[in-house]
Amino acid sequence: MQLTVGPIQGFWDAGLWSAFYERLAETPGISRVVLGELVCSKRLPFYQTRLPDAVAQLLAGGKDVALTSLALITPLKRERRMAAELAAMELEVEVNDLTMLAYLPEGARFSVGPLVNVYNEGTLAVLQRRGAVGVCLPPELSAASVQRICAATDMPVEVWGWGRLPLAISGRCYHARYHDRAKDQCQFVCAEDPDGLAVDTLDDQQFLAINGLQTLSGQCANMAHHLPSLRQAGVASLRLSPQTTGFFEVIDLFADLTSGRIDAEEFCAKALPHAPGGAFCDGFLDGPTGVAWSGARGEVRTQPAGTP
Amino acid sequence: MPEALAPLPEHRAIPRMPALLALGVRLAPYPPGDMLLTRLARKILARNPGVLERLGSYRRSRFVLTASDVPVSFLLDLTRDLPAVSLHRDPPAGDARISGSLAVLIGLVHGVWDGDALFFSRDLTVEGDTSAVLALRNAIDDAELDLGQELATFAGPLSGLARRLIEGVERTTGVPLTRSGAVR
Amino acid sequence: MMELVCPAGTPASLRAAVDAGAHAIYCGFADDTNARNFPGLNFSRREMAEGIAYAHARGAKVLIAINTFPRAGEMELWHRAVSDAATLGADAAILADLGLIAHAAERHPSLRRHLSVQAAAANPDVINFYASAFDVKRVVLPRVLSVEEIATINRDIDVETEVFVFGGLCVMAEGRCSLSSYISGKSPNMNGVCSPASHVSYVEEGGDLAARLGGYTIHRTPAQAPAPYPTLCKGCFKVGARTGYVFEDPASLDASQLLPALSRAGVTALKIEGRQRSRAYVAQVVRNFRQAVEALAEGREVPVGALARLTEGQAATAGAYNKIWR
Repeated sequence: MQLTVGPIQGFWDAGLWSAFYERLAETPGISRVVLGELVCSKRLPFYQTRLPDAVAQLLAGGKDVALTSLALITPLKRERRMAAELAAMELEVEVNDLTMLAYLPEGARFSVGPLVNVYNEGTLAVLQRRGAVGVCLPPELSAASVQRICAATDMPVEVWGWGRLPLAISGRCYHARYHDRAKDQCQFVCAEDPDGLAVDTLDDQQFLAINGLQTLSGQCANMAHHLPSLRQAGVASLRLSPQTTGFFEVIDLFADLTSGRIDAEEFCAKALPHAPGGAFCDGFLDGPTGVAWSGARGEVRTQPAGTP
Repeated sequence: MPEALAPLPEHRAIPRMPALLALGVRLAPYPPGDMLLTRLARKILARNPGVLERLGSYRRSRFVLTASDVPVSFLLDLTRDLPAVSLHRDPPAGDARISGSLAVLIGLVHGVWDGDALFFSRDLTVEGDTSAVLALRNAIDDAELDLGQELATFAGPLSGLARRLIEGVERTTGVPLTRSGAVR
Repeated sequence: MMELVCPAGTPASLRAAVDAGAHAIYCGFADDTNARNFPGLNFSRREMAEGIAYAHARGAKVLIAINTFPRAGEMELWHRAVSDAATLGADAAILADLGLIAHAAERHPSLRRHLSVQAAAANPDVINFYASAFDVKRVVLPRVLSVEEIATINRDIDVETEVFVFGGLCVMAEGRCSLSSYISGKSPNMNGVCSPASHVSYVEEGGDLAARLGGYTIHRTPAQAPAPYPTLCKGCFKVGARTGYVFEDPASLDASQLLPALSRAGVTALKIEGRQRSRAYVAQVVRNFRQAVEALAEGREVPVGALARLTEGQAATAGAYNKIWR
């Protein structure tokens, strides 16, 4: 099982951003890195000039590198220009909005990101015919769907392995709304919460997290318990989603887990202190809900009140 | 981030069942009432097989309808092949219970009010299996039932008179006793 | 005149909408293939055939929504829905899944294809891609765009656009949201339901009514206040020291005052949400909007309809159509 580091979802300080990729380039155990701006086109100018160096370092470190598209491309000139520029680059593009298919030249090789709705083998086959060479499946998929898609394709299939889940994308900025600002005058307030801002229920149940235009899970997805079944299904790699602290410890733990040096229980115990939100979930794979956790109950900070 | 709801538009008035009519329903002897309502339900369901089809997996449910202003509860029991209706002073056990004023319940059957709107305004409350209630609501809405018309036919040769009587009561009380084509 | 596309969850609603002046009805089969897969709702094949006959006899069109994403290994159910839509003589199929659209274009080329809002096609480039690759004739625009952006899109594309003007309001890009399955295990994309009734509970606690979804508290209202349905994205939550409607107020969409602007923006069709609403509700909303589009076509003032009290008994918003919404 290989390990991929997905694009940073939050808005990070540029210095921290550069240091992160510099260190990642030197980190063993990671075979592939997808970077670039996924969530908000207004963030890109803050680190755009640093991208070429980061890419060069990662390539020199022996990683496969791909650049992500935005998750939602709107009619804004800025966003359409970003898409055109991305398609014109020499690097592999990870498509996270199908708009990229309109920009990628015929025959260009690309990969499909977790925010493209690949729910079945038919859709993946269409994408493959258009040049897709790999896919990270949407986190919402069940284990049965993952298995069936793997069985039907010769492409390497990746599954979300760690990190707050990307649950929704909107035209509205929830960080700006929370701070009573208009989206156009957001003053980049989402930078205050680079790993997401927790949203709890009125009964203090841990629930979601906001990241600008994006809504994340409150809990941290952790697919450690599913590693054997994912392997058996033919999943080629796990995606780890970056976080500002503890991420390199998490990478080391995943390297130990996938090589069999530690088991899932030990992994979970050691990884919990590094989990954003301080709790795990892994229920999208085998239910009953996405927020469900297959491990010991005591590991989860807050349980739902009431009955369904 | 808005912290409170804006004031809501004033809610339309739902007519109250006139005290005398409510008293009549409350004092109606139960066994004959059960028989009449069971006959009515069987007749309606036989004439509208789509209702049970639409209920799908809720085809064998027990629905409790509570007219909270009377107060009286109707149990629509679909567990056996032949449906049965019975009247109860206290709400009996069931898979789902719908409560509202008698006028709301009758109006809902006749498509006078939108179930969602009544639900949001709390003129209607639901307990138990919400999906079963949704299925019943949708099945009944599709059947375009007319309880007034059905009841009137029980009067046999006097059905014309009964129909006019029901329409008269509807006009004076505002309680929708017959089918309607519009939301009030 | 702008085309009025109206919802029907049952055959009775279809007839009511046609009689009230709908130009087109959209509806779905009673299974996982459509995004309003609620108990007791939707059409059998026989009912669909009858509905199409009723509508066609009165000059109205029927568009069949097959707009969930087929489950891996079970695509046959969705393929059959497309094939039946073609056989039954539907005027179009409303599709969201890339694979299903490709399948429909290849196997049923004469069945007109509309791109569902669930595909979240939010810019001219992706719309042109769907048009050139799969000959999609119309796109239902996601509810994240402003009127200005809709005008921009229409300038740069050759296919028709359809926009939502009344009813439920998604705050997320449609088809790109799994909040509901995160909490309840059921999602619009996979199961055709959002915040499903089967997972809703109302509990009275200390004079409050708590509305929960899958055990998570979405609303808490005083005993006599209106009780919004616990739709996940319209709940009241805690963030830091503040409490409020983080994503959206429990409001529904009413863009009736924007009809002239939408017309100027080049919109072909106006869509009313609400396949789950009663036939009487559908008839009333359709009648009001028919009057409005007729007035607009004749250059008259659009009447201020009596629609406010139909908006879920709640506040109404013009949503993203006004740019400030973001």
